[in-house]
Amino acid sequence: MSELAHAATQLDVTAPPILTVQDLQMYFPVKYHGIFQRTIGHVQAVDGVSFEVPKGGSLGLVGESGCGKSTTGRLITRLYEPTDGEINFDGRNIAHLSQRELLPLRREIQMIFQDPATSLNPRHTVGAIVAAPLLIHKVVPKNKVLPRVQELLEVVGLNPEHYNRYPHEFSGGQRQRIGIARSLTLQPKLLVADEPVSALDVSIQAQVINLLQDVQREFGIGFLFIAHDLAIVRHFCPEIAVMYLGKIVEIADRETLYNHPHHPYTQALLSAVPDVKQAAIGGRRERIRLEGDVPSPINPPSGCRFRTRCSMAQEICSKVEPPLLQVGSRHKVACHFPGELGQAPQRPVTTAICGVDDQGNAVSGATADIQLNAPGYDTTWLDLKTGQRTGA
Amino acid sequence: MSFQESQLEVSEPIDPKITPTGLIAGQSPTQLALGRFRRDRLSMISFWIVVFYFLAGIVSPILVKVGVSKPLANDQKLLNIDLGGVPNGAWGGTSWHHLLGVEPRTGTDFLSRLSYGITFSLTIAISATIVAVVIGVVLGIISGFSGGWVDAIIGRFIDMTLSFPQTLMLLALSATGVALFAKILPGDTSDAIPNGVYEVLVLGLFGWPSIARLIRGQVLSIREREFIDAARLSGASRRRIYFKEILPNLWAPVLVQFTLIMPAYVSAEAALSFLGVGIPVPTPTLGNILGDSVNFSGSDFSYFFYPALLLAIIVVSFNLLGDGLRDALDPKGDR
Ligand SMILES: Nc1ncnc2c1ncn2[C@@H]1O[C@H](COP(=O)(O)OP(=O)(O)OP(=O)(O)O)[C@@H](O)[C@H]1O
Ligand code: SF4
Ligand SMILES: [Mg+2]
Repeated sequence: MSELAHAATQLDVTAPPILTVQDLQMYFPVKYHGIFQRTIGHVQAVDGVSFEVPKGGSLGLVGESGCGKSTTGRLITRLYEPTDGEINFDGRNIAHLSQRELLPLRREIQMIFQDPATSLNPRHTVGAIVAAPLLIHKVVPKNKVLPRVQELLEVVGLNPEHYNRYPHEFSGGQRQRIGIARSLTLQPKLLVADEPVSALDVSIQAQVINLLQDVQREFGIGFLFIAHDLAIVRHFCPEIAVMYLGKIVEIADRETLYNHPHHPYTQALLSAVPDVKQAAIGGRRERIRLEGDVPSPINPPSGCRFRTRCSMAQEICSKVEPPLLQVGSRHKVACHFPGELGQAPQRPVTTAICGVDDQGNAVSGATADIQLNAPGYDTTWLDLKTGQRTGA
Repeated sequence: MSFQESQLEVSEPIDPKITPTGLIAGQSPTQLALGRFRRDRLSMISFWIVVFYFLAGIVSPILVKVGVSKPLANDQKLLNIDLGGVPNGAWGGTSWHHLLGVEPRTGTDFLSRLSYGITFSLTIAISATIVAVVIGVVLGIISGFSGGWVDAIIGRFIDMTLSFPQTLMLLALSATGVALFAKILPGDTSDAIPNGVYEVLVLGLFGWPSIARLIRGQVLSIREREFIDAARLSGASRRRIYFKEILPNLWAPVLVQFTLIMPAYVSAEAALSFLGVGIPVPTPTLGNILGDSVNFSGSDFSYFFYPALLLAIIVVSFNLLGDGLRDALDPKGDR
């Protein structure tokens, strides 16, 4: 494999979406276990998330622990049924399909799990693990199963003769390769990779990411790549969404998100990433510390969910939830004061859209004027410099 | 953990024939457990005793078939009729022909009867254990995996079974049950098969709750592991998840339960014989021999001694084996 093969994945803006998620919502009931069981609240793990994954492309989903990334992934693979919202896969809403209806779709959407130690059945051989989807879906005749398994093991860089060994005989990185082979068995169109390398040694992470890039190119698979750290997705995902407490706070193409982040949370996340290029030109990124803990998703803060930790929070932030506003051709941000670090506007830019005044109080007669929270991007957007709507 | 961007830029060549790190991974958990088990003297001794009993249980019917052992033959000449059929001679009439003496009242070779008795006692105990383990494991898996109302119903069912006066029921229903089995199975109400089947079923039907509870607990933790999600994503049916994904991860607790429940059933068989439930004479079981020996408690001590000793040894060995297995399979002892 040449060096070139692992250049950063580029964005193909013309690719149609393989997956469109709209207003996805997952509330887990919190039960009180007494004599009578009753629901006393909800964990708002995912609350109104919208995005698109292009065919053969990849979207990164980044956020701190507990912000709802895995839940989003598990909703898309339909391990969970969403409380609300749409999951359009290949033009079909799969949000509420029954297990039986899902069966044929299982071939198309697969998942790579975070922990290779628990994602492989310790009592099954590698061959049995990789072959299971083939046998269940009866995609190849019985006598072709083994050759296919060996082929897959070879694709992920394992010795095809080792199909008879058990997971414990492999190292962590090799086990993750087995998990990747299993996810490829049915030739899916969409792969949800839930922190596929965060359980691995740093030295092995790069190898596994390279492997994922290879399979993406070879098989044209769309990826939802989940990570808790912006550095890992940078190489892999030309487009990245940042999540905080169940909501997307900023979504943009790679260049915009890394070089011109507009949301205080993205800026804080980025300041934690060692930046090779900036170090090379002598510039240093100011380090922003995130103060305090992530609030509980059972009872999230009113208005902007980030306000309890945001250094720029103002009155309006506690009253009005900032809409996910498009501010560039491929850039959306959910903040009343969006702007690059140190260049945030003095006045909230969202007042007209939300129909409120600068303090966040409702203005009578005003209504929201654009459709918000739609997946994908509009052809026009709000230009923050002029305050006018512009287009490409 | 910081991630060096530069590492992503370099395409590290992947050796397509990466070999499993045999040295690092070392022995599998099973191998380690076996090693621990072998190092434990007491466990190994009890293991060999249990093996010996099983061999005896298997070999005896063969010896009976070929005529070497005659557990049903009568020989009144060896008995003192005036004393109520007590064997002539010391220690129950021990002689070169009859190493453990003969049975009072019938004069049958006692070694033959005892070894044949082991066959029946073990058969009863193993069958009842299998019934209990199969029901317990299946319901435990379903209960633990499904959760919700299925779990609640099975849980209530377990409570009910545990609070049931089982010995009483076993006695009360004995006549009806045996009569029923005598109709559908070969043999009439005084034969071994209908009585044995009744005993096995009732013992087994009351033995599963503790197993189901234990298995349920294990399944609760197994179902959280990601390979279960992976199985779901590959379209596996519930049945496949129960028996192909979960069950293979349960063999350790199942094995331990098996070795701990079996001795309980060996003793239960003996106790029930006193109460007149189970395989009746002339077919020997350790239980019914022991039950009969009470009638000769004053006149023929060896008639009581040998079956009691055999029973005690097997119960103790099996319990020690089960404990040893549990310690070996679960060194942290998290119970
Ligand atoms: N099955 C569930 N029942 C109840 N609450 C849940 C469940 N699964 C997740 N949650 C809650 O939902 C929130 C989001 O969890 P999720 O696993 O999606 O986070 P995450 O972003 O993947 O975090 P991490 O980086 O730790 O994997 C958490 O507060 C978690 O406690
Ligand atoms: S809306 Fe307010 S609290 Fe939220 S990120 Fe923007 S400035 Fe901070
Ligand atoms: Mg997660």
